[in-house]
Parts: sequence; C-alpha cells; structure tokens
Amino acid sequence: MSELTYLEAIRQGLWEEMKRDERVFCLGEDIGVYGGAFKVTKGLIEEFGPRRVIDTPLAESAIIGVSIGAALMGMRPVAEMQFADFISCGFNQIVNNAAKIHYRWGAPVPITIRCPSGGNVHGGPFHSQNPEAWFFHVPGLKLVAPSTPYDAKGLLKAAIRDDNPVLYFEHKYLYRRIKGEIPSDDYVVPIGKGNIVREGTDATIITYGAMVHSSLEAAERLSQEDGVEVEVLDLRSLLPFDKELLLQSVRKTGRVLIVHEATRTGGIGGELGTILAEEAFEYLDAPVRRVTALDTPVPYSPPLEKFFLPDVKKILQALRELVRY
Amino acid sequence: MGKKVKIPGQKPRAQNGTRLLEGLEEKDYLNLYYYMRLTREFEMRVVKLYRQGKIVGGAYTGYGQEAISVGSAYALEDGDVLAPLHRDAGAHLVRGQSVRNMMCQYLGRRNGPTRGRDGNIHHGSLPLRIFAMISHLGAMIPVAAGAALAGLMTGQNLVAMTYIGDGGTSTGDFHEGLNFASVHKLPLIVIIENNQYAYSTPTCLQYACEDLVDRAPGYGIRGVKVDGNDVLEVYQASKEAVNRARSGKGPTLIEAKTLRIRGHSEHDDASYVPGELLELWKQRDPIDRFEKYLRRHRILTDQLKSEVEERILAEIEDAVEYAEKSPFPDGTEVLEGVYAG
Repeated sequence: MSELTYLEAIRQGLWEEMKRDERVFCLGEDIGVYGGAFKVTKGLIEEFGPRRVIDTPLAESAIIGVSIGAALMGMRPVAEMQFADFISCGFNQIVNNAAKIHYRWGAPVPITIRCPSGGNVHGGPFHSQNPEAWFFHVPGLKLVAPSTPYDAKGLLKAAIRDDNPVLYFEHKYLYRRIKGEIPSDDYVVPIGKGNIVREGTDATIITYGAMVHSSLEAAERLSQEDGVEVEVLDLRSLLPFDKELLLQSVRKTGRVLIVHEATRTGGIGGELGTILAEEAFEYLDAPVRRVTALDTPVPYSPPLEKFFLPDVKKILQALRELVRY
Repeated sequence: MGKKVKIPGQKPRAQNGTRLLEGLEEKDYLNLYYYMRLTREFEMRVVKLYRQGKIVGGAYTGYGQEAISVGSAYALEDGDVLAPLHRDAGAHLVRGQSVRNMMCQYLGRRNGPTRGRDGNIHHGSLPLRIFAMISHLGAMIPVAAGAALAGLMTGQNLVAMTYIGDGGTSTGDFHEGLNFASVHKLPLIVIIENNQYAYSTPTCLQYACEDLVDRAPGYGIRGVKVDGNDVLEVYQASKEAVNRARSGKGPTLIEAKTLRIRGHSEHDDASYVPGELLELWKQRDPIDRFEKYLRRHRILTDQLKSEVEERILAEIEDAVEYAEKSPFPDGTEVLEGVYAG
C-alpha cells in the first residue's frame, strides 16, 4: 500500500500497463520530453523511449485518427488531449470513426483517450469544460470519470484493457488535492460499476468526478446539522452506467439529487432522471432534483465562475429542499 | 507466360521525369488488365442493380479511374495496409476481396463483410488489412498513418496506402494526417485521385495552387504527378513510393490526374461537366488505352481477351446469384456488436 495523489495514481496506472503489455503506448502534445502539461506522463519517456511515448504535432484529429489506425493493427494506444476542451477538434474521429468501426465491420478499436477536464481552476471557457454529454449520446463509446486515486488507477487500467474506445475524464481540480491509498498489487476497477461512497437512508446523491467530494462534504454537514443521512453514489462509469445500483439506492431512500459539474441542459443528469421516472416512479417520494453548473460557457473571472459552478452550499440547499418535500 | 517484357523506348516515366522501376512480367500485365476489366464490369453491374431497385440508397463508381485503384494496389505486398475510398473498388479486388463478398455487401445481406451494417463501398477486412472507409473524407488518412506507425513499432516492415480525392485534400484531416506522417517519417503513401470534380465543385473552387502535388514540399516529402489513366505509370510510381516507404524514406504524395466520367453518384447526371472535357477524357479511357498497349506488344490476343471476359462475366453472375440467394439480416440483430468483447 502507498499513498498517492490522484495524478500520481494515473501515472502509476499508465506505467504499470506499459510495463505489462508492450502493445500499450502513449501519444499526445508535450507528453514526452516535457512530461505533459500537468506532468502526468513525467518519467515515461525516460523509461519507455520516444517510440512508445510520442510527442505529436498539434493536431487532435490526427492524434485520435492515428490511435485508431494503430489500434486496428493490434496496438493499445493511450492518447492524451491536453485539455478535454480540445477534444472537439477530434470529434469526428471519435464519434464517426472509433465509435462505429466495431459495429460496422467487427474490428475492435482498443483506444483510451485521456481528457483532463473540469473547472474551478481559473481556466476560463476553453480550459475548464466537462464535455462528457457530447459523447454520452454516441453508441459504441465508453466513458469513465474517476473521483479517487484508487478509482483513477483502476479505471485507467480497465480502460486500457478494454477493447473499445474509452474516454477517460480525469478531473484537473483533483490532481494534487486528493490523496488515497493504492494497493501495491495489480487491480482493476470494472467499467460499468458505480460505488456507494457514503451510505444513507434519507436521500441519494448521484454524482461523479470532483462533485463526489463536494457531495460528501454536503452530506457530512447535513448529518451533523440536520441529522439527515444522505447516501452518495459515485457513478465512476458514465457509459455504461450502473443502472442497477442507481435503482437499488433510489428504492431505499426515495429521494434523489443528481449533482454534476457539467452544465445543466443536456447534461447526463437529464437522462438519469428520466430513467428513474421510468423505472423507479413508485419509489420516488419527491421529484428528482439536479445541481449542476449554469447553462453558460465557463466564465473566467472568479466571482463569475463561483456563481456558475455547483458547490457545497448549493448542494446543501437542494438537499434540504429535497428532504423537506 | 512469365517472360520479362522489355519494351525499348516505352519505359513509363513519371511526369517529373524520374526514371521509374521496372519488374513487371507478362502475367502481371494481364493481371492488371483483368482487374481493371473486373472492376469496370462489377461496377456497371452495381449500376444496373441500383436502377432495378435491388441496391438501395446510392451507388458510386470509379468509372474511368480503374487504372488508379488497380495500378496502385498492385504495388503492395502481403501484410501491407490499404485504406481505400469510394472509387477504389479495384483496390479491394486486387487485395483479395471476393466479388461474392462485395455483392453481398452492396445488396445489404447478412453474410456480407459488414453484415448489412453499412452499405456500398464502406467495407473492409481485417485479415486482408483493408480498412473500411467512413463517409467523412480525409478521416482515413490519419488512420492509415496510425497503421503505418504500428508497423514500425512492431518491426513489420509494412506500408500503408490510402487515397483521397481533389475535394478531400481541402480537409483538415488531409493536412493533419499527412503532416503527422511526414514528421514521424511513417511508411505511408497518399494517392490523390484528382478527377477534377468534387461532386459538382470543379478544382478551380477547390484549391489555388497549380497542382495538388505542389503541397508535398510543404510537408517535406516527395511528390509525384502521374497520368491517372495510365495503369503502368500509376503502378510504377506506386511501386517506387512503396519501396521508398519500406526502406525508411517516409511518405510519398502521388497525384494521379484523371476525370470523373460519371456523376458523383448514380443519381447525379453531372451536367455541370463540360461536354468537350468529357469527350477528351473518354478518349483516354484507361482500359482502352491499356488494351491497345497490350495488343501492340502482343501480350493480349483476341483469344486471351475473350477468356478474360468470359471469366469475369462468370464471376459476376455467380456473385449476383449468390448474393441474391443470401439472407437479409433479421431486424433484431441490429443491437448486436455495438461493443467489442
């Protein structure tokens, strides 16, 4: 066991997979000699060489297209988008090429695309987004969003070992702010399985990414201040997501708050809420509520971004209204 | 059969004057002829089936461009990767895709290479290392580059060959893919099929440079311009590019000049193409030209020609009969295969 930051856990996962399987390699902008914009890939090029840690030109569509081509030949590329916001430059390769190849002609596309995402880092509109909803709508893709160092390493391993294109959303805000215990032996966190990170009986928060931590803080405060026990369900995988776990929790508590840092309209919270209405209606004691970022581009100036983002206070208020319903 | 044919003074040259490689035997000349005829007959049967309503959606052909797809693919070896485009049915055939499979594909049958999930030329084969194209043009260039990269990483000494039209060269992916391959010296060959029209858009509205191959120095790579209706010239330029790529000299951009003789697809009457231009290039039909060449050098006789035609007709009839007897997929199958594993 060792204690690693969220970022170190990602690096360790990548390192171990590259050691374990010579078909695994990395490519992206500034990931080699520079060690990556956030230093996630620091040390890899010294260990594995420039053939397996490739400094690419500034070309997201080519990065993803090249990854697809290599994957069709049996390699297992891990591509990095320097910021998740730049994934839109390679949108077509992901949604029309990678996602549809196996369905159309039976060839697996085992690519992993790492996307440093999320705000609260003064990044402004183009360095802060959570773009998962764009891809949630595309059959053929898998999406994961770890919230802890343990899950970050385990889900990265799962993503690399998965024969499908997996978008791996690593939240920048969590990189160095959270630490966790990592076992020394090999382990995988399976894709498609959520995790109850806090048990409760009075309401369920369904959440992922950095919002798991805000949700946990809100749940603790509600417990201390109001004596209300909230269950926090960390989705971990956004696609496929753990519908059974969601339904189990909702049947138990009857009240649901969905919290995601991504903007509101068209965010995956809408889909989850509708599924609960379709399949857990009899168990709901209150309408499904959401706490999300507002429907605007991510603003830069701190007071604007603070108003824009969900936070512990907003989650608490929504919880209190939910419980009072 | 098998004797080397030396033709004094007739050695094909690329338009930049470079002496090209030799190495074709008589049987190869007949193979090239066979594949071009097969491509032409196959596609004309596709057109007929489309008009009969048996092929739905759309039909695209590479009519008049057979020398490009056949001549280039013929330069590849076992293990090489091909990423063809919609007018490259000839390349699929040269690389070993069966006429039966292709007919099942066009007719949307369950036992075709995409099991009915995609139509017409959008098919591929992992064993044959043919990558199925997607409709977004340019997208396959980075993918082909990636296959070339994988070959280098695994010491396979393969090359990857892909195609793009004059229209497709305007895309971002053309630039990104070619640039990536050039920087990393990948064994990639990109063949521009400049047939002068991208749907209804003439080349004067597509690019401002004189020739598309002028872009090659911009990427730091070699560019070659060839007569796209001369199968030997296409073959020899491709062969040299393949050899260079295989020996670590990086990508080549080949521009093959031709004209799209039919519409963009079969529903398009292409009335925007000037009649004189059409007539001029019809005179340069690649199959007619090659036939004249083969006759002049006594490689093709009336007898051999009949044999080739009979063989092709039989293959196509067999394929159509086979495909028409093959089952459609069941609607319930639609949910299968979204994910691998």
